[in-house]
Amino acid sequence: MNEYVIIGNGVAAAGCIEGIRSADSEGRITVVSEERHPVYCRPLISYMLEGKTAPGKMNYRDEGFYERNGCRVIYGKKAVSLDPVKKSVVLEGGEELNFGSVCVATGSSPFVPPFSGLETVEKKFTFMTLDDAEALKNAVTGESSVLIVGGGLIGLKCAEGLHGLAGKITVCDLADRILSSILDSGCAAFVQKHIEEMGIEFMLSDSATGFDGNTALMRSGRKVKFDVLVLAVGVRANISLVKDAGGECGRGISVNGRGETSLPCVYAAGDCTECTDISSGARRVLAILPNAYMQGHAAGVNMAGGEEDFDCAVPMNSAGFFGLHVMTAGSYDGECDDMSPESGIKRFYVKDGYLTGFILVGQTERAGIYTGLIRNRVPLSEIDFELMKKIPSNLIFSSKIRKKRFGKVVK
Amino acid sequence: MKRVYVNEEWCLGCHLCEYNCAFANSGLSDIAGLRGRRIFPRIHVEGDEKEGITFAVSCRHCTDPLCVKSCIAGAISKRDGVTVINREKCVGCLTCVLVCPYGALSPGEDGIMQKCELCTENGGTPACVSGCPNRAIVYAEE
Ligand SMILES: Cc1cc2nc3c(=O)[nH]c(=O)nc-3n(C[C@H](O)[C@H](O)[C@H](O)COP(=O)(O)OP(=O)(O)OC[C@H]3O[C@@H](n4cnc5c(N)ncnc54)[C@H](O)[C@@H]3O)c2cc1C
Repeated sequence: MNEYVIIGNGVAAAGCIEGIRSADSEGRITVVSEERHPVYCRPLISYMLEGKTAPGKMNYRDEGFYERNGCRVIYGKKAVSLDPVKKSVVLEGGEELNFGSVCVATGSSPFVPPFSGLETVEKKFTFMTLDDAEALKNAVTGESSVLIVGGGLIGLKCAEGLHGLAGKITVCDLADRILSSILDSGCAAFVQKHIEEMGIEFMLSDSATGFDGNTALMRSGRKVKFDVLVLAVGVRANISLVKDAGGECGRGISVNGRGETSLPCVYAAGDCTECTDISSGARRVLAILPNAYMQGHAAGVNMAGGEEDFDCAVPMNSAGFFGLHVMTAGSYDGECDDMSPESGIKRFYVKDGYLTGFILVGQTERAGIYTGLIRNRVPLSEIDFELMKKIPSNLIFSSKIRKKRFGKVVK
Repeated sequence: MKRVYVNEEWCLGCHLCEYNCAFANSGLSDIAGLRGRRIFPRIHVEGDEKEGITFAVSCRHCTDPLCVKSCIAGAISKRDGVTVINREKCVGCLTCVLVCPYGALSPGEDGIMQKCELCTENGGTPACVSGCPNRAIVYAEE
């Protein structure tokens, strides 16, 4: 009987379990879960603060998921080392698990720079887990001033989540704009204005360098008082198990479309990995949930002796900020076609006859048609590109292609 | 499994399917109740009326759907082949809109996603199909 071990119990692990079971209903699956929760929807922690969801509704799979899939889950324990020769994993406390194949699905961890005086701050939080969010919720009252260090997706979603709970929210970031990894300055300014209208304050091109109790010392020399501090500077892929075992790693564990690492019988999936982004050809960590599921699934199928190649990974994100939706996909290294209407933003990036990326703010209807062109590498010569830029419609395809799309069963 | 298919040659572009869909999912007892209201149907007509090309777009119920794999709330799943959404779990992030290559999904009036579930909850033949005057939308095995 096959012995499968999965390290981590997030969405990539869930994908891996489902992938294994699609090809092998017998083998034994053991899941090592540092967090003491069944797999839940990590991106929903900010919606939980807001009251748009609650812990009871945030489960990623139903209650019978592990039992139905014959999984043993070890909660509250970390794997501390992996030996690809002995084919074993050692857990905290010394328990050793042997595997035929293992999937490392350890996700990422908040990166906390070495701030001086951080230990003097009483109420400080990161924003990655359900436990983080619950602790933060308990610490904030209607009187609290909250300082969020980091104006990326996580910091801003946290600000939105806290909006109705806290008295005052300030977000600072060393970058000159918010969401700097996915938006250029023009788009970022547009979104920032909207968020500011909700009463959130920003301090950009400035960040905390140290803390003294309830005061942040800023790079600019300013001092900012706060009651609650949230550190959302960035995340780092958890690569050490594979790296220490001699596996190839960049910023993430190196994997191919089958989820294989450079070590035999060792697979990896999700936020802890880096893979090829087909929109740019570059190797990147794509820390997004869809990627985690699909990589996990492919790894699982291959671990169980099947064949699945996840070869169309692209960065993409859809997030609302106080009702304003921002969608981005692909990479922006091509030529920019700006089709922005007055009330929003719509930019397309084109390179060598292919759509490589887009930014949509406020105008997000049917955006998946655009994403499909990137994922499927559709040559723009095969569609009505001028029409596409104006409206996302199936009219951009030939009637023959439409017949396939709407007249047949599709995968 | 039976799905909804469209024959664009026969589509009149009359938008009746949109009204029949909105009505079937409205809980109203009379379609006249939709009068003067903005509707949020789960099917929509696209095309170019001047060119004489129109067609209805609704969920394809893909065999291996991207929306299911991408939903950050675990709210979309497959039930007996039908792609269904649990509106209790959806938070309206629109990731499914970002990934659906058919552009078939749009949110409901409350900003929470809704989708074609082949009228499984409304009993029998999808309302868009039974109300299509020119049989441009059919409900069939492939
Ligand atoms: C606030 C927030 C908002 C987000 N919003 C979005 C969004 O809108 N869209 C989107 O696509 N993505 C979003 N993401 C990202 C998304 O949550 C991740 O891409 C996804 O959760 C990755 O899944 P994973 O299984 O790879 O890793 P994780 O979900 O991080 O799971 C890894 C698990 O492994 C455990 N672990 C780590 N090391 C060990 C070890 N040695 N032994 C045992 N267990 C271990 C960790 O504790 C963790 O529970 C968001 C993330 C956050 C924090």
